Amino acid sequence: MTWRLRVDPIACTGHGLCAELLPETIDLDEWGYPIIGSLSDGLLPLARRAVADCPTLALLLERDRTR
Amino acid sequence: MSLLWYATRATGEITLLFLTVVLTFGVLSALRVGGRRVPRFVIAGLHRNLTLAGLGFLAVHIATTVADSYAPIALTDVVVPFGSAYRPIWLGLGTVAFDVLIVLTATSLLRTRMGYRRWKALHWAAYACWLAAVVHALGTGSDVRSSLFLLLAGVCAAVALAAVAWRLAAAGPGKTGLRAGAGLLTLATVLVVGAWTVSGPLADGWARRSGTPASLLGKASSPGPGTAGRTPTPRPTRATRSAGDDERGDGE
Repeated sequence: MTWRLRVDPIACTGHGLCAELLPETIDLDEWGYPIIGSLSDGLLPLARRAVADCPTLALLLERDRTR
Repeated sequence: MSLLWYATRATGEITLLFLTVVLTFGVLSALRVGGRRVPRFVIAGLHRNLTLAGLGFLAVHIATTVADSYAPIALTDVVVPFGSAYRPIWLGLGTVAFDVLIVLTATSLLRTRMGYRRWKALHWAAYACWLAAVVHALGTGSDVRSSLFLLLAGVCAAVALAAVAWRLAAAGPGKTGLRAGAGLLTLATVLVVGAWTVSGPLADGWARRSGTPASLLGKASSPGPGTAGRTPTPRPTRATRSAGDDERGDGE
């Protein structure tokens, strides 16, 4: 089972916690909004933490059906 | 027995300190404080973990209050407010604060399942929770007249007020009416609680007026066989306290 992260662009207000918690996968653009990269399975626990800690609950962890 | 009561008082005051720090960290995360030195997830983590630590002290505070046999506080008073035989209103506010704190903690731990808006609407109650806890401390606290307690309460109130003021000032543009209203409400609360503190807990005869059972008031003014064997502990406030007013401080 592979997973991927997705940002709800309307809910996201650019706190940037996700990039602090998961720098392997998430970069911030110049306005502080996340750019999501690929997520390896080993990072899944950290990804869950980033999802739970997002101040606006804008980070979503979904099953990747495209791969 | 008096050990339990001292534990109750101590853990109550520690919990007040925790609630204030937690409130401040909550405001800091809402204001997006944080950067390279103190990352934001650290502030969010402190907000959560200090709440859980504070709940531990609160558990001891509640358990020792119920276990102590001096005041008639029942197990139901832990969750059902305003029904106790001992200072019903002021103890009840502590119960309200506890109930709200439990709800806020549970909903925060299950935040991803309940949705952001519902969670946030509920989380505003944290300010009311802090206020209820402070008024509970002033209304039931045995140490209200001690200068150390007043210092602690004063510092806590100042920190919380500063956090609220900063939150209101930095909330960003828009909702000016709402923010002004919240500011006025805060100001009115400060005035009302301040006036009540001076005329209530800090004035003579508060133990009687706050709803302490008559049997306990009697015990203090004329120490019975139950208290005869105890060594009264001198405390800085003994000189300023009139006999029979604070039944707890003199009896124990």
